[in-house]
Amino acid sequence: MSASLNPSVEIQNVTKRFGDVAAVDGVSLSIAPGEFFALLGPSGCGKTTLLRLIAGFEEPDAGTIRIQGSDVTRVPPHRRPVNMVFQHYALFPHLTVEENVAFGMRYKDLPRTGQAARVAEALALVRLTGYEKRRSDQLSGGQRQRVALARALVLGPQVLLLDEPLAALDPNLRKEVQVELKSLQRSLGITFVFVTHDRQEALAMSDRIAVMNGGKVEQVGSPVQVFEAPETEFVARFLGATNVFTAEVRRQEDGLLSLQLPDGTEFSIPDPGPPRLRREPLRFVVRPEKLALRAVPVPSEISLAVTVEDRVYHGASTEWTVRDARGERYAVFAQNAGLAGDALPFSPGSPAFLGWDARHSVMLRES
Amino acid sequence: MRRSGRSAYPLLLPTWLVLGIFFLVPLFLMLAVSFAERGTYGGIKPVGDLGAYVRSGEFLGNYARSLGGIYLKIGWRSLWMAVLTTVLCLAVSFPIAYYLALLAPRRWKGLLLGLVVVPFWTSFLIRTYAWMFILRTEGLINLVLLGTGLFHHPLEILYTQTAVMIGLVYGELPFMILPLYASLEKLDRSLLEAASDLGAGSSQRLWRVTVPLSMPGIVAGTVLVFIPSLGQFVVSDLLGGARGMLLGNLIQNQFAVARNKPFGSALAFELTAAVLLLLVAYAVYARRRGGEELL
Repeated sequence: MSASLNPSVEIQNVTKRFGDVAAVDGVSLSIAPGEFFALLGPSGCGKTTLLRLIAGFEEPDAGTIRIQGSDVTRVPPHRRPVNMVFQHYALFPHLTVEENVAFGMRYKDLPRTGQAARVAEALALVRLTGYEKRRSDQLSGGQRQRVALARALVLGPQVLLLDEPLAALDPNLRKEVQVELKSLQRSLGITFVFVTHDRQEALAMSDRIAVMNGGKVEQVGSPVQVFEAPETEFVARFLGATNVFTAEVRRQEDGLLSLQLPDGTEFSIPDPGPPRLRREPLRFVVRPEKLALRAVPVPSEISLAVTVEDRVYHGASTEWTVRDARGERYAVFAQNAGLAGDALPFSPGSPAFLGWDARHSVMLRES
Repeated sequence: MRRSGRSAYPLLLPTWLVLGIFFLVPLFLMLAVSFAERGTYGGIKPVGDLGAYVRSGEFLGNYARSLGGIYLKIGWRSLWMAVLTTVLCLAVSFPIAYYLALLAPRRWKGLLLGLVVVPFWTSFLIRTYAWMFILRTEGLINLVLLGTGLFHHPLEILYTQTAVMIGLVYGELPFMILPLYASLEKLDRSLLEAASDLGAGSSQRLWRVTVPLSMPGIVAGTVLVFIPSLGQFVVSDLLGGARGMLLGNLIQNQFAVARNKPFGSALAFELTAAVLLLLVAYAVYARRRGGEELL
């Protein structure tokens, strides 16, 4: 982002309370023009409230919100240069598709003749030409979503807000709409701020993701960053990295951090992190697909003796649950590429070794 | 619903019996009487040769009389008062229903709705008498107005059209508030947010979203208020005095004072026919709305 370019949306220390609960708690975010930005988190994490704050349906208790550089914190929703696609689309049931799309046009400075053309253009953009006279109860879920999209886009917003736009669609349609939304956003070049609780959706579509929990932003980064290098245990677990290990610091020298696992195993990783104390406890995660189950330890890997507890065979992959001597459970996803015979290599109760490459240990910050 | 049709007919029998005995039979009796003539002592004059009576056209005499002179004037006045009552009720009820449905804190809602219904616990007659005490020259309103020192003479409200209007609007108000409330309660708030998001200010949201979507309630309330207002006679009798006669008073007069049952029946039948026509129009509207429950 160049210095001369204002962020599309800039949120500074925004807090919104409902009674005693801070739904959004001191959040700061900067969203660049043309970015596809996802707010990801479980229900109740504050992501929808944050979106509604940007739209203007809620007023923050503290902090400022800027859109295209101008402060809109106290500006009512109908005067903000953003438009929203609602979770259940909120199409006007008493109006036709065409009238729905044209609803906001009269508040724009445009000649009447230009308006009809723009409505037609917007409907063509979402492939709904020919549906002008239908009412919303005569449309499928996917078509309703496209009307909602056209109704917002026809006003030429600089920022489009989307509140779980795919949640109401059936799963088969969802993948298809993901691709469509993404290509639409790319061709229009406007900023999309997208709320979702579905991590696959966020990973597949976004340029950057803010993972939220308890009203706070836990981590902001590209899909690869939040997936491969989660900073907190919450982010790691929310993105499916459920294997949390505890270790103690041995040494920190020459850019290497030496750690010791509770069973005495020592290993070193390149350490970009802050200075650590000797014997300081640290936690790290290893994604399930980066763990391997071995019959004998592989010397280049970190190894931990475990007992196989359970397995679920998915065809292309197998999901293992194993337990170490201290009773901690770990999940292992193994591709079945090497499987040739008719038996899986381990059965419940059999001993095995959990092995992983030291560099796949991702250190966590205590949140 | 419609498909399960035939098997439900036996279950409807009690309804048909009640409707038949208490509505259809009296209605036809009234229709028959309306074609007759008044007897010397307030009864019905025997017709004699029925064929000749019908052929002479005399049986329509009561209807011909009702459509002329003073009676037509009373009819128009009643219609006008009923229209005005409906419009005023709508204007007063909409903000109240809107507040109850969309703005009132949840825990107050039950209490506030209860207050709308609470007047029904007292007889309408008694409540109308109460208005006499409020409106008369020594009444509550004038006491307050004179007490402020701004007025030196009491306002003459009782026994005017204004008093009748006040009484009518007061009496019919709950019948407008309740259907409006039911409609507004169902209004999806995200639609108002969507309108706001698309650039509509508060008055545009009202006219382009709230009012069109509460139309079923507006229509239901209009029907529920207009019909009783048209036949009202207690309010005009007590608050309107002699000059405020409405269709309801006229009919009541024919039966109770003038003892002209045939003419009273003709007037009553005309009123019933007008109301039924209105209900048919309403049913057509309701069907066009896709049969959603309106009342």
